[in-house]
Amino acid sequence: MLGILASIIDGVLVGLVYGLAAIGLTLIWGVMDVINLTHGTMIVAGMMALYLLAGQLGVSPYFTLPPILIGGFFVGAALYWVAIHRLVGRPPLMSLLSTFAVNLILVGVGTAVWGTALFNVDVSLPGLSIGRYTFPGAHILAAVLAAVIAAALYVFLHRTRTGKALRAVANNREAAELVGIPTTRLLAIAVGIGVALAGVSGMLIGTLFPFTILSGDDYQLKSFIVTVLGGFGNPVGALMGGVALGLLEGAITPFVPVSWTLVIEFVLFVLVLIAFPGGVFSRRGVL
Amino acid sequence: MLRRPFFWIITLAIAAFVLAPVPGNNVGLRESLALAAVYITLASNLNLMLGYAGYINFGSIVFFGLGGYICIWLVDAHGWPLAASLVAAAVGVGALSLAFGFGILRLRGPFFALSTIGIVEAVQAFAENFTPWGGSSGIYLSPQVFQPLGGPARALWVIYFGLVAVMGASLYLSYGIKITKFGLGLLAIGQNEDAAAILGVPTSRYKALAYSASAFLPAIAGGLYFFKGAFIQPSDAFDLTLSTETIVICMLGGQGTVTGVALGAYLYEELRGYLLTSSTFSNFQLTIAGTLLLLIVLFFPSGLMGFIYSRFPRTQKVLE
Repeated sequence: MLGILASIIDGVLVGLVYGLAAIGLTLIWGVMDVINLTHGTMIVAGMMALYLLAGQLGVSPYFTLPPILIGGFFVGAALYWVAIHRLVGRPPLMSLLSTFAVNLILVGVGTAVWGTALFNVDVSLPGLSIGRYTFPGAHILAAVLAAVIAAALYVFLHRTRTGKALRAVANNREAAELVGIPTTRLLAIAVGIGVALAGVSGMLIGTLFPFTILSGDDYQLKSFIVTVLGGFGNPVGALMGGVALGLLEGAITPFVPVSWTLVIEFVLFVLVLIAFPGGVFSRRGVL
Repeated sequence: MLRRPFFWIITLAIAAFVLAPVPGNNVGLRESLALAAVYITLASNLNLMLGYAGYINFGSIVFFGLGGYICIWLVDAHGWPLAASLVAAAVGVGALSLAFGFGILRLRGPFFALSTIGIVEAVQAFAENFTPWGGSSGIYLSPQVFQPLGGPARALWVIYFGLVAVMGASLYLSYGIKITKFGLGLLAIGQNEDAAAILGVPTSRYKALAYSASAFLPAIAGGLYFFKGAFIQPSDAFDLTLSTETIVICMLGGQGTVTGVALGAYLYEELRGYLLTSSTFSNFQLTIAGTLLLLIVLFFPSGLMGFIYSRFPRTQKVLE
């Protein structure tokens, strides 16, 4: 019984990181109704950046966070100009296809360069022992960092001028434009932040689990599940959805083979979409 | 239907596929046309959802792979003849698609698209864990299975004609649906689902029908394709690349058109054959497919047929 509790607590720690990844996805959706199908690959890009900087160049793993955050922002802004700008305001299916296409390009290049080998970044941190159970230090630190970054984003969205403008654009793009907000630039910023968050959460996940170039699909699916749990376009909900998913994973992992975890989560995804189309933790117009 | 010129155009195309490789026992041409027939089958059936109803199905490959698995499994473990296994695959996958459709077709637009990704994950996880299907190492057929068809050399011809027949059926199905009220309803759903529902189109029933109509022919094609290779494993059967290429083909040829999608499939097969043999490009197949898709979505959303229709408006009357 205590083992299950420990597994659940560990699940919640990891779930906070899933939540951070999902915020990246939900932010883009909330601001411009675009589903970013490069999300999984951007998570892997964060992992690869961690591997190259920490594993190859010997930078301390957690010092890779700022460069990944900044690099992710510029990659995201570039993604906006290449694949999304022309399609904003068109049916969501078109941007779904265009981001899907960019994803194919990135995955194709990634597999050609690195193959599908398993990468692992060794992070040695002292764990926290409670009774017979030890919670790995990396899990705790990843959860804390995810929570701090999510809180910083919340402050940015609600307290700064740019953040408020971003929420205005999400609320009503035409009206925002009428009051003089440069909407195009803000859309690019939104995609930049979304991708930066995906990259950073990829870096955090990379300190927890081994990964391949193709791991992105699994984490992308998790982000979608978290996003529908939290309600599309709702960052706070996404973080709660992440915790809920982590809780669920922690509770089922002791009983179910690993390859079925994703299937169970997917069934949950469809059920939640049907039962709560607005999300379980949603409040209207949160962004 | 017999009076429409387009019916005869399809028939001519099928005849060309049947006759072209026969003179001189041209095996190389046959193999390349067999692959083209598979592409045309997959793309035409995906087109029912993507082009007509406007629903992106990222998981169309599931029908192909499951059909292959059911067929190979029946032949291998139960000694069924090929024809009976193919029928069982078609019926099984058709029924399964109705069940899937019942679940995920309640979701609209992008949500449906996302859940089809989940379907691929779920089915692949099932195949990898299902012991009778050999788990992740798959099923190998013994060469004996080709004996009832008259030995391996003759069996390959029989399978080729089977693939062409499935391709022909897919083209007639696409065309048949397009000229009926059912097809009109699907096109209306693709334009505006709410408006279609208000005008009395039974949207849920039509979507479920289209989804399962797009399932059974790819299942037969999958059975034939994997029987031909005498081997099936999860990573081949549910190959994301093939699923992706099918979407690229639909967009390349012009979604919603019968001619365009078939033409796109044929052109893509030729292009791919060239790229695979060139050593520089064979590693970048996904990248090239992605670049192609991106350019089409951004600059030519109506594809090849959109270009032909606008340059030669008269073709709209003949080519569907």
